[in-house]
Amino acid sequence: MTPPPDLLLKSLADPTRRAIFERLCRDGEQTVGTLTAHAGVSQPAVSKHLGVLKAAGLVRDRHAGRQTHYSAQPASLAPLRDWTRDMERFWEARFEDLEDLLKRMDQ
Amino acid sequence: MSEVQTVTIEREFAHPPGKLWRALTQPHLIAEWLMKNDFVAEVGHRFNLNGDWGGTLDCEVLEIEPERTLAYRWDHVNDNPAYDLRSVVRFTLEPAAGGTRLRVEQTGFRPEQKQASGGAKFGWQNFMGKLDELLGRID
Repeated sequence: MTPPPDLLLKSLADPTRRAIFERLCRDGEQTVGTLTAHAGVSQPAVSKHLGVLKAAGLVRDRHAGRQTHYSAQPASLAPLRDWTRDMERFWEARFEDLEDLLKRMDQ
Repeated sequence: MSEVQTVTIEREFAHPPGKLWRALTQPHLIAEWLMKNDFVAEVGHRFNLNGDWGGTLDCEVLEIEPERTLAYRWDHVNDNPAYDLRSVVRFTLEPAAGGTRLRVEQTGFRPEQKQASGGAKFGWQNFMGKLDELLGRID
């Protein structure tokens, strides 16, 4: 199941949350503690952000002993990429027609 | 609307800026490469772009700087959030060695989008489908 793009957008709208997600993408799986050390906000706040990211399907958690490890699920960004790709194709196609028109137009 | 997405496409055309500007701002010319319309080059003017697929885009001119910048609202208002789109399209023209570099940026926000089912992803689908042949050549 893939979450709808609006949920993804809302999840990533918050800069702190986006930074957490980016860190997970860049550095791989991490614990809440490690993430807190870099986030600049309290551990409960980080946990809350992770909860939102998890609900959006952007991260996955794994419990090991008393620690919870989080990892990014970048594949869940696919619906966003689809939108931009489709729009890129749309404009590429329009530009083709524009080129044709310009050739037909007199100076 | 705190998070948006931007699509940027750039291409150099072997034609002077003035000629591109006409293609971007004269209704009968816009119709030839984009969509049928009642465009008027006047900030605040509201107009529609009418797609061959039967859909209508609600637009409003936001910015005009002759032969340099043209921006308008590009909304596809629909009760069904899967087809709803709010965006701004901005064309930027720059003189280039062989003519004009044209950049189009579309910054958009989709309030909600239902998941793809049966390929009917959103309002653009019909339009995009028709372009498949052309896209094949581009790719």
